Amino acid sequence: MTELLGKDLLGIEDLNREAIVSILDTAVSFKDVSAREIKKVPTLRGKTVINLFYEPSTRTRTSFEIAAKRMSADAINISVAASSVKKGETLKDTALNLEAMNPDCIVVRHASSGAPHMLAEYMECSVINGGDGFHEHPSQALLDILTVSEKLGGVDKIKGVNVLIVGDVAHSRVARSNILGFTKLGAKVTVSGPPTMIPVGIEELGCKVEYNMAKAIKDADVVMMLRIQLERQGTALFPTAREYAKLFGLDALKLKSAKDDVIILHPGPINRGVEIAPDVADGPWSLILNQVTNGVAVRMALFYMLLGGARE
Amino acid sequence: MSSKVVMDAKAIDRATARIAHEIIEKNHGTDDIVILGIPTRGEHLARRLCEKIKAIEGVDIPLGALDATLYRDDIGMKDVPTLKKMDIQFSIDSKVVILVDDVLFTGRTIRAAMNALMDYGRPTIIELAVLVDRGHRELPIKADFVGKNLPTARDEGVKVRLEEVDEVNEVVVFEAVAEDVK
Repeated sequence: MTELLGKDLLGIEDLNREAIVSILDTAVSFKDVSAREIKKVPTLRGKTVINLFYEPSTRTRTSFEIAAKRMSADAINISVAASSVKKGETLKDTALNLEAMNPDCIVVRHASSGAPHMLAEYMECSVINGGDGFHEHPSQALLDILTVSEKLGGVDKIKGVNVLIVGDVAHSRVARSNILGFTKLGAKVTVSGPPTMIPVGIEELGCKVEYNMAKAIKDADVVMMLRIQLERQGTALFPTAREYAKLFGLDALKLKSAKDDVIILHPGPINRGVEIAPDVADGPWSLILNQVTNGVAVRMALFYMLLGGARE
Repeated sequence: MSSKVVMDAKAIDRATARIAHEIIEKNHGTDDIVILGIPTRGEHLARRLCEKIKAIEGVDIPLGALDATLYRDDIGMKDVPTLKKMDIQFSIDSKVVILVDDVLFTGRTIRAAMNALMDYGRPTIIELAVLVDRGHRELPIKADFVGKNLPTARDEGVKVRLEEVDEVNEVVVFEAVAEDVK
């Protein structure tokens, strides 16, 4: 199991099918822990996990923290707003100083693509990518895949499934990790969005592009809506939120042409009425809150698989 | 590597039948009894015990599987152990829990299983049933029901094979410990 993952988890890109399946299987076992009265196992007693977040996050940071605590590891959160980074400390120096306190794992979120990869080289402890720039967000993709495989009744069922990812694909690490992950499991991934949000050459990751969402949704078994970063409005990516909602938002009207048993996912936080209509987000096809529950299980599995083995 | 069959299919069947009787006798019936097998082979033995008890008393005993991997004391000392099946669909509060495993050796698995059990509830009594007790305990743990006491050397291997997973029912002693033998 250790050989499947190595020291760090930096991206779905580095994982083969076997490793992904193994993480998902392990995560399923951990769902049981979260469902019982005493939501804690002693497995990682004495281990220390540091969450180093250079960008805002509620879900991911809390999820990693809860996961570490349910494994009995000590979790420490560092949010950059209240840290020495404000005094001008570089990422490398911060990392080396944290390493000097002997953590076993650091979860990093950073606005620059590749920041966790750089840390992984400097640090002896495990590094988990909690989202780097526009690059990857591997734990999010793993929890998305787990949610779909649960609904379909097994990882094997993902083969041949049509996954549609809609939104600002160009600026989405979630999209990138999911394209890689679902493709590795044999799904057919299509991305959709305004041309300004679909990067040229995205097909090289193994997906198709369909600019007409209303058309693309017909064949989809899974529809993953990406968050529209409203702060980008006016940067020539899209004219108005209203127009975006009309063309690329998932509402009851577009859902009518989708399959009856379509699965709807969203990594959160959602902008109700922009990329997803409230009645759709809260509707029976939406597995948005299952995603959050599964996130804890997936992160417990990652901690277990990275920290539960012998260190050379 | 030489090996010797110490229990065949018939002997295993007789031993489980006797243990089923002993469980009923010791507990004055089957009230409040639940049976939890420790995967993989303990789980199958547990199911066989349930069937035997049903044949004797005509009652269905709640049956589950308890994986103690997350409570092991050697986490971080070797490769990450693969998690096995955990399946407890009933409350164990105020119950008599019969833990079932194939081989009792150092006692460390049973220690882990008891700790796991305590996180699921508060049983009145925990009893232990094993097919083979091979000695060499490292913890103060003793089985309540034993299929066969098997004196072994520490470096010998004991392997229980059950047809549900191994296509054959037998207990084998190996001269030297092989990789897949506990």
